[in-house]
Amino acid sequence: MQAVMNSCNEPVLLEARGITKHFGAVTALEEVSLQLLAGEVLGVVGDNGAGKSTLMKVLSGLIRPSGGELLFQGQPIYFHSPRDAHRAGIEMVYQDLALAGNMPIFENIYLGREPGRNVAGLTVVDRAKARRLATEHLDRLHIQVTSVDQNVEDLSGGQRQAVAIARATAFDARVVIMDEPTAALAIKEVGKVLDLIKRLKDHGVGVILISHRMDDVFYVCDRVMAIFRGRNFAESPLKDTTRNEVIGWIMGTKGHSAALAHDKVH
Amino acid sequence: MKALLNRLPIETYVVAFTVALWIALSLTAPNFLSQNNISNMMRQTSIAGIVAIGVTCTIVIAGIDLSVGSVVAFCGVAFAQMCGHGLGLAPAAAITLLAGLTVGLINAVAIGRLGIPAFIVTLAGLQVYRGLALLLSGGMTVGGLPPEVKDFARGTAALPNLFWTMLAVAIVFHYLLRYTRTGRYMYALGSNAEAARRQGINTFRITLTAYVMSSGLAALGGLLLVSRLSIASPSMANAYELQAIAAAVVGGASLFGGRGTVLGAVVGAILFTTMSNAAVLLSVDPFWEMVLEGLLIALVVYLDNLQKRRQSGA
Repeated sequence: MQAVMNSCNEPVLLEARGITKHFGAVTALEEVSLQLLAGEVLGVVGDNGAGKSTLMKVLSGLIRPSGGELLFQGQPIYFHSPRDAHRAGIEMVYQDLALAGNMPIFENIYLGREPGRNVAGLTVVDRAKARRLATEHLDRLHIQVTSVDQNVEDLSGGQRQAVAIARATAFDARVVIMDEPTAALAIKEVGKVLDLIKRLKDHGVGVILISHRMDDVFYVCDRVMAIFRGRNFAESPLKDTTRNEVIGWIMGTKGHSAALAHDKVH
Repeated sequence: MKALLNRLPIETYVVAFTVALWIALSLTAPNFLSQNNISNMMRQTSIAGIVAIGVTCTIVIAGIDLSVGSVVAFCGVAFAQMCGHGLGLAPAAAITLLAGLTVGLINAVAIGRLGIPAFIVTLAGLQVYRGLALLLSGGMTVGGLPPEVKDFARGTAALPNLFWTMLAVAIVFHYLLRYTRTGRYMYALGSNAEAARRQGINTFRITLTAYVMSSGLAALGGLLLVSRLSIASPSMANAYELQAIAAAVVGGASLFGGRGTVLGAVVGAILFTTMSNAAVLLSVDPFWEMVLEGLLIALVVYLDNLQKRRQSGA
């Protein structure tokens, strides 16, 4: 993981233009656009069913949009599968983490991409190398574990989240998309995961954070955008907005009604 | 010390129990340590162990293979019939092994592509291949095999040939499961299939590998059993699938997938062979032997779960 570009000349890393997605007669996304800069944390908010997850699936290559285009560093790209997105350096951390519980940390980090050599048509995994790389990578991200040989099922929720993030960033990821990374965590572990997101940002990674928790959004994000009923609704640098206003966007209200919307939440 | 005891894998206790059984037997049964008895046990263990290694592969991916006993009989009978009809030993053995691999292919397609549960697919296989074994043999024992067939099982090179065969299979499969990508993907698939899929692992290829391994080793078991018995009977290898599953589970495999080792399967096979040998030497009623084996399986799995609960609670 290296800084792609310094921050004084922030280039657009990933751009979605006019993304539309139909599921049969249902329109999940309509002309949604998004820009992500290197070293930026973009918060994406929206109510359940607003289209956040669909948009993230498009960005990570899991589903193909019905219309619109994706650009990576200014070049149009087409994803036929998550592998294409991986290759471009776009990684997704799913809410359910997708870790193999009774396998050790280092094997989870390199699952599907193990270092190894070819012996008689079979790839023999270089376990010593995988262990060493995993240890170095976790150190770089300041993730503390007793040993990379620990099974993932023996870790706390926050440690598992950290392992999932470590896996997403093990191969020079440029963009990491996280779906509700703190939703299932104990309160004392939330801060650690958010600090980890800040560390990714320091390494020049662009992060898209989907979250319902305003505390998280206002702690780590540089910019926040709201999706309402499958469309772009509002967007602002974090310093120019307030929690109440963002909560209003989630409810589909703008301006003076923000305070009212906040009351509705409670 | 207590922490260490808690951390030792269940196989360690199974090995300790087996060794204790050996010591007890050598003191109480004068014939136990006779060369004849030891060689005989090694031959029995070998076939049970090879079949158990195959079944372990399917248990690791959170599947199951109930068809192996019938596949042993079907392949054994097919081999004997081919030899009886004048086909050379090598081509007959090759065709038999190929038939075993094909059975695995069919199982994998039914499970991985048609989406039928592994339990059902291989339960159907248990019936189908036993039926085919009966059809191929006309329900009769097939004998008149070339002398080389029985010479192989009788032969020794310090240890019985059958035991060397199992050692070779065990070493190859231990290496495959533990050190190759394919092997690690089997554990990943059994541990969390969705995670494996999302990491770009071709889960059908892994399923195929596991079932082909299982049926292929059952076919090899069929060849070796015919060699040991020097006849092929359509009713042989009855309930081998249950013995193999029991050996795998006693050796630390979890039917929920993701856990299980070649070494454990071999250790489990040795334990069950020792128990039935003990029953013979001590003239224990074979009906009681079945009861004791059943209780032992339940006890070992209970202890394993207890240990894991204590570990995760700590």
